[in-house]
Formats: sequence, C-alpha cells, structure tokens
Amino acid sequence: MRYDTKARRGQADTATDALARGLGWFSIALGLVELTAPRALTRALGMRGKERLVQAYGAREIATGVALLAAKDPTPYVWGRVGGDALDIATLATGLEGKNPKKDNVWLALAAVGGVTAVDFYCAQALSRESRQPLPPPRDYANRRGFPRPPEEMRGAASDFVLPMDFRNEPEALRYQH
Amino acid sequence: MKALVWHGTTDVRCEEVPDPKIEQPRDAIIKVTSCAICGSDLHLYDHFMPGMQSGDILGHEAMGEVVEVGPESKHALKVGDRVVIPFTIICGECDQCKRGNFSVCERTNRNKEIAAKAFGHTTAGLFGYTHLTGGYAGGQAEYLRVPYADKTHIKVPSGISDEKLLFLSDIFPTGWQAAAQCDIQPTDTVAIWGAGPVGQMAIRSAILLGAKQVVCIDRVPERLAMAAAGGAITINFDEESVIERLNQLTAGKGPEKCIDCVGLEAHATSSIDAMYDRAKQAMMLETDRPHVLREMIYVCRPAGVLSIPGVYGGLLDKIPLGASMNKGLTWRMGQTHVNRWSDDLLRRIEEGQIDPSFVITHVAGLEDGPDLYRVFRDKEDGCIKVVLKP
Repeated sequence: MRYDTKARRGQADTATDALARGLGWFSIALGLVELTAPRALTRALGMRGKERLVQAYGAREIATGVALLAAKDPTPYVWGRVGGDALDIATLATGLEGKNPKKDNVWLALAAVGGVTAVDFYCAQALSRESRQPLPPPRDYANRRGFPRPPEEMRGAASDFVLPMDFRNEPEALRYQH
Repeated sequence: MKALVWHGTTDVRCEEVPDPKIEQPRDAIIKVTSCAICGSDLHLYDHFMPGMQSGDILGHEAMGEVVEVGPESKHALKVGDRVVIPFTIICGECDQCKRGNFSVCERTNRNKEIAAKAFGHTTAGLFGYTHLTGGYAGGQAEYLRVPYADKTHIKVPSGISDEKLLFLSDIFPTGWQAAAQCDIQPTDTVAIWGAGPVGQMAIRSAILLGAKQVVCIDRVPERLAMAAAGGAITINFDEESVIERLNQLTAGKGPEKCIDCVGLEAHATSSIDAMYDRAKQAMMLETDRPHVLREMIYVCRPAGVLSIPGVYGGLLDKIPLGASMNKGLTWRMGQTHVNRWSDDLLRRIEEGQIDPSFVITHVAGLEDGPDLYRVFRDKEDGCIKVVLKP
C-alpha cells in the first residue's frame, strides 16, 4: 500500500512514507498489548489501578495506527502520535512519584517512549516540510551535458593533465601510462 | 550598495549596506557582475555551520570588474581587469601557499584564534563563510572587497561569458580536485554521491580524466537526468539499494574511488543510521549527518580512495573507522586549492573542452536572492544552480 503522494504533495518522499507506515504498524502492535495485557504492564511499572487507562491508551494507539495506514496523507496522524507520546510521558511520570518500588522500570519505559517520540517528531516534521503544491513536470536536463561532444567521446579528453605528486595515490608501477 | 545579508536561520534579506572600502594595502574592490549561491551557502542558511553573526554578507562565488586597487596590489591588478574571485583568500607567501595548499593559507584568516580553537590550527580566510574563516564580507553584493587581491584573483579574458567563467571561483575546481585527488585510472569505477552542482562538476571531471565508469547517487529526478547527460550511470537511492547496485556494476568488488559531494546535510531517510543522525542532531548530540561517509566506507573497494569535497562542520558519530582501517582506504579531503587548478581549467574552458554553464538553472537579480535560497534548498522548480546578477 502506498500513500497518495502525487495528490498530496509535489515530490513523493517514499522513505518518509515508509517510516510513517512503520509507525502505523508499531502503533497497532503496542495498542494490542495495552488492550489485552494491561495488568502485566501496570504491575511491571508499579502503577496498579490504572488498567482502564492503559486500555484506553491501547485503543487510542490502535485507532491512530489504523488511521495512519488507511489515510491518503499520514501527516496529521503522525502529529497525533506525537501528542499521544506526550500523554504517555506525562502518565509514566506519575509513576516516579512516592515510593514506587518499580521506578527503575518506569525510567526504562520513559527512555523507550522518549526514543519513539524522537522518531515520531522527526517523521511528522519531515512530512510537514514537504510542499503542498504539486510540482510541475520535472524540467528536462537531458541535453545539459557540458561537453561539446557526447560524454563517451570526451572520456579521457584531459589526458594531458599532470597530477601533482602530492595528489597521487596509485603505485607508480600500476599507473596508467598515457 | 545592495547585498544578501544573513540574519538567522533561513533568514536572508536583500538590503542596503555600506559600500566596501580599501582597508589594507593589498586590497582591491570589484564591481560584481555575477555571483552564485553555492550548496555550502545552504549550510549557513540552515545554520548548521557555527560562527555566523547577524548582518554577515553571504556569498563566495563571485566575479566582476576591478574598480579600485590598493597600492600593494597594483603590480598584479589594474582598474578594469576582469577577474573571477576564488572563494579561498590566499597570501601566496606562507609555507602552505608555497606548497599549493591554498585552502589552508596560514595568514588570511583574521580570526585565527577561533579557527585554531575549533580545528587545532587555522585555515584560510573565506569570503562570506562564518567568522571561523575570517568573517569576510561575501560576494552576493554589488561590490566586494578582495583582501590579498594581488594573489586572490583569477584574471579572465573578455569574449567569454560570465556564465562560463564564474564557476572557476569554486564548484568547477572543487569538482575537479575531488576527481583529481582520486588519481583516476582508466580501469576505475568512480562513485559520486550527490548530483548537486559540485557532484555535476565531479562527474564531468571524472569523465575527462578517463574513468571507465562514473556512477552518481541521488534521488532528485532532474538532477539525475543532468548527471546522466554528463555521462554518469545513475542510482536513485529511494528506488534501489545503493550498495547492491554498486556491487553489481563492479562485479562485486565495489568502486575503486568514492566521492562525497553531499557533506553534512545528507537527506537519506530510509536507513536506520540516517534516522539515528536526525534524532541525535535534533537533541544537539551531533552536528553533522554522515550517512554518505558510512556508505562510502562500506562499499569502497579495499585499498580504494575516499574523496570528500562535501563540507563537514563539527562532530560526527558512528563512523566505521574499523572498516576503513582494515580495508586500507585512503581519505583525501579539504576545501579546494582553487588557484592550483584555475589556469589549467580556464584553458580547458577556452578550448571548449567543457562549458560549466550547463549547470545553471536559474538566473535572477540580487533582490530575488532570498527566495531563491529557499527554492535551491528545497530543490523546487528543478533548481540546481542559481546565478545572481547584482
């Protein structure tokens, strides 16, 4: 599946699109874990009692992921992921309060979410930077050779060039003799 | 006079500034007839290079007519001379200049201490290119003060257009030096990353110097078309694996010579290392994005040469030096020793062996400069090279 880049922006950036699609699948996978195993997550993080919240976040992740994969333009949904990341970080930060014995795990989770946030932010920025205006057809530079004759006939035309000694790399015995 | 003035990240304005004056006995003033925006100006535009100050005049590719000459340059220049100004300011007398290493002239950087702190030693003064390299006013202006003008010039004849000669100031000798320092042999495959202006010049130089195959790697269709017109086999890195294709073109051995015409703002987005660089750069943990360097080290044939005309500014991360060391690669890099090559290249232009104006895609007045910086940076409208006429 490909995004409708031609309608959306002038120059398709397939690599950023691929990243956005990857984030969509990641969203769905994480959402499924949050939806089906909230207790394991809250236990590991010392945040028992927040299972419903985790499941709600799981539903949010799945919805964002599906939207990312289904949309013609992923940009708003990747920004949506950035917003979701901020929510995740704020929620995780509450796990650092008081005498939570699993604070180490919370720090690990924060580091992981931080890394994902950086990728989300980069992807969203890259998508937003792209021009909204479709470009005109590419200019034709097929005649811009810069040589008086076809390149094949110009190959080696500067054989009179004497390379200074301090620029030489090839062993003398292997050098081509003009 | 009017000039293009840097005020901050992506903030370039065309505004009135005081006319330059003779400040030192070796100075000259030229009336600029043509100047260009260089790919490395974009590193300043995007503020990836440190050492810029609001109010700096940009530009290091300029040519024009001498209108005033200081007393100690009169033996070499006179009013009315037509000159191209190399981007490196040279004294012609220090140990490095005597060896032809003009880009590391020991005298012309008037901010030597800053450069020495950043790089260990000073490098040459450059026009319009940060206070690390002297903070000299640049040539995207109606007039330009040329320090050490008796040496810092290339006299050019009348009867040849500005467009054919202007690039002697930088991109033509830069592409030439990039190819020359590969010591190209007729059996060599030369792989060139980046089909911008320097990449285009490097392609033509490698062809003239007799490379068996020249391969160019980029993703912008019109740039790849121009590269192909110059004789390169092209690889669109968005559509195919660079490493697989280069190995396929070289019977699995890799190219003997690799040239990085991209530098610190590599735009690869699909590889893990490129995403890593973006994330680190966003967190101010890395200054440059060296994706091309990593790819060159990996794909280059053992005992091959890496030639690096692309500009790097600071600290780079995760460079596979182990691979480079064990493969015995030779690294050649640096700013261009323009005057070392300029006589030879001028002769080749005069003889019609090459016409560097092929690369120009946009010609405009100085007042259009700020907009064209953006167009060039964003590769819009098929923009490859902008020439401005003050």
